[in-house]
Amino acid sequence: MVKKLVLIGLLLAFAISGCSSRGGVDDESAGASASRRGPGRAGNGQSDGMGGRGGQPAGLGDLDSPAGPLSKRVIYFAYDSDEVLPEYQPVLTAHAEYLSLHAEQTAVLEGHADERGSSEYNVALSERRANSVERSLRLQGAGEGQLQVVSYGEEKPAVSGHEESSWQQNRRVEIVYPGH
Amino acid sequence: MYFQVTPMISQFRFLLRLGLFALGLTGLARAELTVDITQGVEGAAPIAVVPFGQAGLAGENLAHIVATDLAGSGRFTPLAEAQMPERPVPPEGVNFPVWQSAGQEHVVIGRVVPGTGGAPHEAEFTLFDAIRGTSLLSERIPFKAADARHTAHRIADLIYQQLTGERGIFNTRIAYVTASGSGKSREYRLQIADADGEAAREVMSSPEPIMSPAWSPDGKRMAYVSFEDRTAAVFVQNLSTGERRKVSGTPGINGAPAWSPDGSTLALTLSKDGNPEIYTLDVASGSLRRITRDDAIDTEASWSPDGRSLVMTSDRGGKPQLYLVPAAGGEPQRLTYEGEYNARGVFSPDGRRLAMVHGGEGGYRIAWMDLGSRNLKVVSRGRLDESPAFAPNGHVIMYVRKDGGHEPLAMTSLDGQVQRTIPVRGGEVRGVAWSP
Repeated sequence: MVKKLVLIGLLLAFAISGCSSRGGVDDESAGASASRRGPGRAGNGQSDGMGGRGGQPAGLGDLDSPAGPLSKRVIYFAYDSDEVLPEYQPVLTAHAEYLSLHAEQTAVLEGHADERGSSEYNVALSERRANSVERSLRLQGAGEGQLQVVSYGEEKPAVSGHEESSWQQNRRVEIVYPGH
Repeated sequence: MYFQVTPMISQFRFLLRLGLFALGLTGLARAELTVDITQGVEGAAPIAVVPFGQAGLAGENLAHIVATDLAGSGRFTPLAEAQMPERPVPPEGVNFPVWQSAGQEHVVIGRVVPGTGGAPHEAEFTLFDAIRGTSLLSERIPFKAADARHTAHRIADLIYQQLTGERGIFNTRIAYVTASGSGKSREYRLQIADADGEAAREVMSSPEPIMSPAWSPDGKRMAYVSFEDRTAAVFVQNLSTGERRKVSGTPGINGAPAWSPDGSTLALTLSKDGNPEIYTLDVASGSLRRITRDDAIDTEASWSPDGRSLVMTSDRGGKPQLYLVPAAGGEPQRLTYEGEYNARGVFSPDGRRLAMVHGGEGGYRIAWMDLGSRNLKVVSRGRLDESPAFAPNGHVIMYVRKDGGHEPLAMTSLDGQVQRTIPVRGGEVRGVAWSP
């Protein structure tokens, strides 16, 4: 029951954020989300300058621009949770926007878990995380055929340590664009 | 049954011998092998395995391998070589009174001689009852030098079976996956080794994860999960020919393969219909049957030995717990209530016990449940233990230790008192399976 309420809440949040970014000024919303991601990135002056290819919003940049909003491709999760935290919504919004503007572009959503517990159960947990990201991207405009989920569980850790500081870097979904 | 001494005396004698045994092993055994017995083992039987006469055979003395096997079972406490009152080699006789004085109830002597048939060598050994002064078992085993370790394991099996009435497991094999390197140089290897970790060989390797090896009941094939195509698929590989076949590559998860006892069917976890569910796949025909139907995670099926039921991990109650479900489909029945996390249930070969990963305050440990009384016993002491695998005789459980501070592969007796590490080369271990 609680789970369902949370889900409904998330769906509403996605719907609202999707509306505002599409209905408002795209440059601004993308620019704002880029600056929210940290002063270090915004300061190098590349994030806005690399955009504008093929008629897309200037703030989005292209997939290979190192400091553009699309350069951020890892979503981290709390312990035992598949909920996308609010701080990652702008990241997903940017990717959803890019995917909706480039219908030929595909992306793989790689789900990962930390190493605690049983490995096959962790595969299932990591699929839930990847499915959360997929739902969010699709609600914000990505097409069904553009996304593929692969659930690795604990098998491909980003960091090899055996304590919480490593585990929090391993509970993640990576958005992978083949060839980029 | 053999050693009806009081527990306290038994423990004292045992600890004394263990110390001597450890001293004796230092110079003889391979450095990476450890038998770590932290508590006295009630009823573990004293036995002396006298070094074999084997002048014509290079390498480790077969008696050392036999003694290490027996010690690792938790049922025997072999006498350290330095404490042996004599070292007879056949055809010499055994002076039973001196062994009785040394507290020994059984003595094994043996030698390696040139083979009389086609084989270059022959191992002959005799197991004596030192109290009665009688021979209990005497065998000759022809072998070639490359099979010396296997021959020693066979001898240990024969002795174990003679004295316990149960099947020995020393001449069995294990399969496990190792992972090493990082980034682009990451490598996963599926390996098979003897049950003591020796004689490892590679079944297959990949830069992408390999998971969940499962032996077919006849030991000839192995099912496993491979991400080599950048997506999960289940493969079945013939271990002698190397020939392999993708048996499941549906969208989403293809995981947790488990062979039915008759070897015809694989239980699998597939998420093609939206979320992870248990299916059974007829391997020959490819026909698929859905067993579970629930919004929760259902995964990690293991067959009961009679083939009628599956145990699985499900979080349909909110947290992962073990459930029993009819193999033909039906209503799952919850089995575990102790602790917030119970996963990867596997049946013992006699179907009376379930080993599992049990999450509690101390971390994730290996436990087993008696299916009659439903009592749970925790038998490992790590922080991140997983992947329990019963020995084919059901008396030992092998598991993976992930906390990085220990050798990654270990086995434990059912009472948890004998922990033995298994040497593994090739990086961290990701999962283990014991051959039939």
